[in-house]
Amino acid sequence: MAKVTLEKVSKFYGNVEAVKKIDLEITDNEFLVLVGPSGCGKSSTLRMIAGLEEIDEGKIIIGEKTVNELEPRERNVSMVFQNYALYPHMTVEENLGFSLKIAGMQKNDIDKRVAEAAGILDIDEFLQRKPAQLSGGQRQRVAMGRAIVRRPDVFLFDEPLSNLDAKLRNQMRTEIKRLHQKVKTTIVYVTHDQVEAMTLADRIVIMKDGIIEQIGTPLELFETPATKFVATFIGSPSMNMISSTIKKDQEKYIMITEDGLNIPVPKSKQDVVKEGQKISFGFRAEDIVPLKFGNKPSQSWGHKSKVNLSEPLGTETLIFTNFGKIEIVSRMFTPELVRAGDELDFALNLERTYLFDDETGKAL
Amino acid sequence: MKKFLNGPWVLLLPTVIVLACVVFLPLLISLWTSFTPFKLTRPDTLYKFVGFRNYERLFGNYDFWVAFGRTVLFLTIALNLELVFGLGIALLINKITYAQKTLRTLMMFPMMFSPILVGFQWKYIFNDNIGLLNNFLREFGISPKPWLVDTFLANMSIMAAEIWSSTSVFAILLLAGLMGIPKDPIEAAKVDGCNSWQVFKNITLPFLMPFIFIAMTIRSLDVARAYDIVQMMTGGGPAKRTELLWTLISRTGYVDAKMGLANAMSYISIFLSIAFTFFFFYKLMEARKILSYD
Repeated sequence: MAKVTLEKVSKFYGNVEAVKKIDLEITDNEFLVLVGPSGCGKSSTLRMIAGLEEIDEGKIIIGEKTVNELEPRERNVSMVFQNYALYPHMTVEENLGFSLKIAGMQKNDIDKRVAEAAGILDIDEFLQRKPAQLSGGQRQRVAMGRAIVRRPDVFLFDEPLSNLDAKLRNQMRTEIKRLHQKVKTTIVYVTHDQVEAMTLADRIVIMKDGIIEQIGTPLELFETPATKFVATFIGSPSMNMISSTIKKDQEKYIMITEDGLNIPVPKSKQDVVKEGQKISFGFRAEDIVPLKFGNKPSQSWGHKSKVNLSEPLGTETLIFTNFGKIEIVSRMFTPELVRAGDELDFALNLERTYLFDDETGKAL
Repeated sequence: MKKFLNGPWVLLLPTVIVLACVVFLPLLISLWTSFTPFKLTRPDTLYKFVGFRNYERLFGNYDFWVAFGRTVLFLTIALNLELVFGLGIALLINKITYAQKTLRTLMMFPMMFSPILVGFQWKYIFNDNIGLLNNFLREFGISPKPWLVDTFLANMSIMAAEIWSSTSVFAILLLAGLMGIPKDPIEAAKVDGCNSWQVFKNITLPFLMPFIFIAMTIRSLDVARAYDIVQMMTGGGPAKRTELLWTLISRTGYVDAKMGLANAMSYISIFLSIAFTFFFFYKLMEARKILSYD
């Protein structure tokens, strides 16, 4: 249990700056998820906290101690790797107890801790097996057990679920969340999967090209994305995004899309835009629905268009249609059948649209 | 007959004939000669069957068993030293990031020389009067040593030559092993609290064991038939002080012309190689099982 502080931390690979002067404060017992596309520097950041990569610039502080010069073994962190990284020549029991044995702990104390961890993770029956005799999910559990027995200050997870199939991944995700509630330790978790990030995190850090785009709770990121990247990265299906230009039309600002559609700028955003500004205009799938299957929002914009494709998923139906030449997706929660080729009136809820400046990528 | 000509056997026939000519037939003839008092100078002795007389004589032959024992000792010491040096070199080369390929190639230079030349080269280094080493010692006022004459020193000198020429076999095989070890378990061990030595002992070494045993197998076969370097440096002498199995066998067969006896010696010696190969293969299988391969 400890907080972790990163101060202006940078990492270079040759001339490439993989992590660019990031500042981050992880509070005690927090479940923090680092998420971003591959190559965004999230894994490098995690490995610097673990001590597996050198910190080229800046400082990392775990608890009260600056750990820059400390070996991994001196940092009291444990790490769960993507490929499990179990020791193939040891049984599950030996894998779990290895770190304690290295630390010079008494045999019966080790057994006690191992039994406790095995109990938490439900792997008691495999203790005498070798990793090769376990399934992927079981191996991942052993890897987590190996991290738990040490009672570290910080848990580090490096994409622990990427190697599992979809069903197992959902199951293990829940278990990781439960584990955090049981062992109450600071967790730093790296993933490229935004669903994992949303479901697990207390706070999410979104990274791109070595910098932090936004830090916030899952709902904050979803409701108030700071940048266009965050807006499209968080949420599934991803936010519809249309490039357009701001024009003044009878004292009010409107957006003209590349295909010439005129859409009014929402009232709340009238003051922040200016004539001629290039923007991206975004809205989520659930904020544009076929008029006949939903309620008309108070501030809306209507558009008649043909359905390209519909994906009925039971609780919801995804409808793909065009705004000019750009395909957008609409999500309706009414269990009505929509067929490709149907012509529908769509209503866009203007109050729930997001405007991003094209130059800076920042939200307006 | 027609069935035979169309069957798979006919396709295997060329291989079978070649193998018979170059392997089975010579083996059979040599086995036969070991039951005869065959002397190269008296061809008619080839047809005189004497049963196990050659073998019986060998069991009481002091010189043979001394050479046998010396070969085992030589093999044990040389293999272990080569392992230690080879592992050291492999670990060092694995660490460096700059000019690794160049060093890997340089490392294999000794393997590129003919063993006969290696023998010559070391013979001159260790020579009593004009040798490099003794001249070097004289420069520093140390009295020269009889490197190739003294029993202990002569055996050590031969071993030095053998180790110099073949340590790179170990180094290259172990380096291949090191480069194939997955990175994750090593990083996991570092985070789990291991220092470098503990990582090596608990993770790297178990992963390396199969490679060590493969190298051991190859080199045990090599060293058990050591002949050329010894023959060049001392010829088994002086006074049989450095006699190994194959210098003894070749002298018995070609100098003394007692081919029957020499072949009997060879058959006994082959058991030595088989025993070592069997032992190392068994260990190899075990090491692989520990790692849950197969």
